[in-house]
Amino acid sequence: MSEKLLEIKNLHVMYKTDEDDVYALNGIDLDLDKGETLGLVGETGAGKTTIALSILKLLPERTGFITQGEILFEGRDVVNMKEEEMRMLRGNDISMIFADPMSALNPLHTVGKQIAEVIELHNTGMSHGEIEKKVDEMMELVGIPAERKTEYPHQFSGGMRQRIVIAIALSCTPRLLLADEPTTALDVTIQAQVLKMMDDLKERLNTAMIMITHDLGVVAQICNKVAIIYAGEIVEYGKIEDIYEGERHHPYTVGLFGSIPDITSNAERLTPIDGLMPDPTKPIPGCRFADRCPSCMDICSRKSPGMVNFDGHQIKCFLYESGEEN
Amino acid sequence: MLKYIGKRLLMMIPVIIGVIFIIFTIMELTPGDPVMMILGEGAPMEAQEALREEMGLNNPFLVRFAQYVIGAFQGDLGTSYTSNLPVFDEIMSRMPYTLSLATFSICVAVIVGLPIGILSAIKQYSLTDNMTLAISLTITSMPAFFLAMLLMMIFCIKLGWLPMMGLSSPKHYILPVIASASSTTAALLRMTRTTMLEVIRQDYIRTAKAKGATPRGVTYGHALRNALLPVVTVIGTNFGFALGGSIVLEQVFTIPGLGQLMINAIRQKDTPIVMGAVMTTAIFASLINLLVDIIYTYIDPRLASQFTSVKRQVKKA
Repeated sequence: MSEKLLEIKNLHVMYKTDEDDVYALNGIDLDLDKGETLGLVGETGAGKTTIALSILKLLPERTGFITQGEILFEGRDVVNMKEEEMRMLRGNDISMIFADPMSALNPLHTVGKQIAEVIELHNTGMSHGEIEKKVDEMMELVGIPAERKTEYPHQFSGGMRQRIVIAIALSCTPRLLLADEPTTALDVTIQAQVLKMMDDLKERLNTAMIMITHDLGVVAQICNKVAIIYAGEIVEYGKIEDIYEGERHHPYTVGLFGSIPDITSNAERLTPIDGLMPDPTKPIPGCRFADRCPSCMDICSRKSPGMVNFDGHQIKCFLYESGEEN
Repeated sequence: MLKYIGKRLLMMIPVIIGVIFIIFTIMELTPGDPVMMILGEGAPMEAQEALREEMGLNNPFLVRFAQYVIGAFQGDLGTSYTSNLPVFDEIMSRMPYTLSLATFSICVAVIVGLPIGILSAIKQYSLTDNMTLAISLTITSMPAFFLAMLLMMIFCIKLGWLPMMGLSSPKHYILPVIASASSTTAALLRMTRTTMLEVIRQDYIRTAKAKGATPRGVTYGHALRNALLPVVTVIGTNFGFALGGSIVLEQVFTIPGLGQLMINAIRQKDTPIVMGAVMTTAIFASLINLLVDIIYTYIDPRLASQFTSVKRQVKKA
C-alpha cells in the first residue's frame, strides 16, 4: 500500500556566482512514501537544505539552479512546473519549517496574521471568521494560547516562535513537510517538546516528512528512513534499522557515529572525522570522501563508486562493490 | 503615546532656544549697524542715539537675548528693520509659497521614487534597473540650479510652453517642482532600492514564498513595510530641508518664498527677519522629526512597544 509521494531522480543543483560555480548537489536519488519520515543527515554544507529548497523551487534567484534531474511530487514534475502551479503547491501540499525561528517570521506582522496568511492563500472561499477560528485552532495545537495571536514575533521566545513556524507549516495539512533543522536553534528541553509535537502531528495528519538535521539522536527518534549526505551526494541510504544496527556502512557513516561522544566511556577527547569536506567548486573524479576515508583504496581517487544495494540498504562505496556478488 | 508626543514637544523648546542663541550670537558678531540701515548713512547723531535707545540696542547682549526669547514665546518676533512690518506677518506671507513647493516636490518624489525604487530592486541587474541607476546618478550629481536653468532654457525659452518666473498659477509650479523634486526622487529611489534588496534576502521573505504567497503579496505585503523605515527617514529629512525654503531655486525661479526672504534679510542685516526665518525652519525640522518618529512606531511594532512597555511597568508598580 506504499504509494510514492515524492521521487527525486539524479538531482543536480549548482550555485552560480561571479567567482565560482558551486556544485551543491551531485546526483541525488530519493523517494518517499505517504506518511513516511526520512531523515537527511550530514554535516554543514553537505547540501541538505538545498535538497529541501529544490523541492519547493525556492533556491536563491539568479544563483541557484537545478541543472539536471527530476523531482516528482505525486507524479507531477516539479522542476518544470509553472510558477503559478508551484504556488498552489507551496504551503498547501508541501510546506517547510525553517531552521532559524528568530528570522523566519516577519517582524512587522502579528503571528496570527502570519498564520492566517497561509490559510487564506489556499482556502479562498473561507470566511474571515472561519480563518480566525482555524488560526486559534493551530495556535492551540502547537501549545500557544490563542489570545496571543495579536502579538508580534519579538514578544515570543525562540521556542515559541519555532512553534509558530510549525503552526504555519501545518495549517493547510500538507502531504509533505520539509523540516530543516527544526530543533537546532532550540535548547534541549524545548527540542524534546517540539519533536514530540511534530511526531504527534505527523501521526494525526498522516504527513510525510523530510527531517533535515545533523543530530543523529533526533533521527533515531522520529525517522523511518535515513539518507546520509556527504558533499552533495547520498553516500548511504536505508531504513533506520539498517543505518543504526546494520553491519555494513559507508566509512563516512561510521565516522559520523564514531564522533558521537559516548557517555559510558571515559574518553577525554572526541573522535572527529579528520579533514574537511572537499571544495565544492571543483568537480571530483573519484569518491568525494576519499581524502578523509580511513579505508581509502587506489581506485577511490580515480573512479566514483556506484550505489550498492543490499535489500534497500544502499551504500556508495567500493568496499562493497564486490560484496554484492558474494 | 500622547505622553511621548507631549514630551517630545516640550523637548523642542530648549532646541529652539539653542538655535536662537546661535543665530543671535552670529548676527551680533557680524559687522553692520541696523540703525545706520534704517536711518541711512548721514543721519544726525541724536536721532541715531534715540533710535538705538528705543530699539533697546544699548542693553547688554544677554538682556537682549532674553528679551527676544521671551518675546518669541509670546508670539512677538519683532519688526523688520527694512519693511517695518511684523516679522511674523512677513514670514506668513512667504510661507504659502515655500510650503506648497516643498509639499508638491515631496509628493512627486514619493510618487515617482518609491515605485521605481521597488521595481529596480525586484528586477535587480535588469535593463530597467541599470537605466534607473544611471539616470538617478546623473540627477544626484547635477546641482539643482543647473537643472533648473536647463529646464528653463528648454521649456521656457526654446519651447515657450511654461512661464519662467513666480508661482502665480499651477503652470508656474511645474518647473520648480521638477527641479526641487529631482534630487529627492533620486535619493529616495536609491534608498528604496537598497533597503528592498536587503529585505528581499531575509528569511521571512523566503517563509512568505514557502507559504505560496504571490510575488505581489511578497513584495507589498512583506518586503515593502520592512524596507520603509530608512525611506521614511529620507522623506522626512528632505521635506524638513525643503520647508526651510530653497535659496537657490527661489532665486532662479524668482519665487517670493522663505529662502528668498532669508537671503535678502542676511544681505541687509535685518536681524529680526533672519531670526524669525531660521526659527521657523528649526520648528519645522523638529516637528517633522517628531512626525517621522511617530510614523516609525506605526511601521514597526518593535519601536511602538518601547512606549507600551513603559506603561506596563507603571501598572505593575
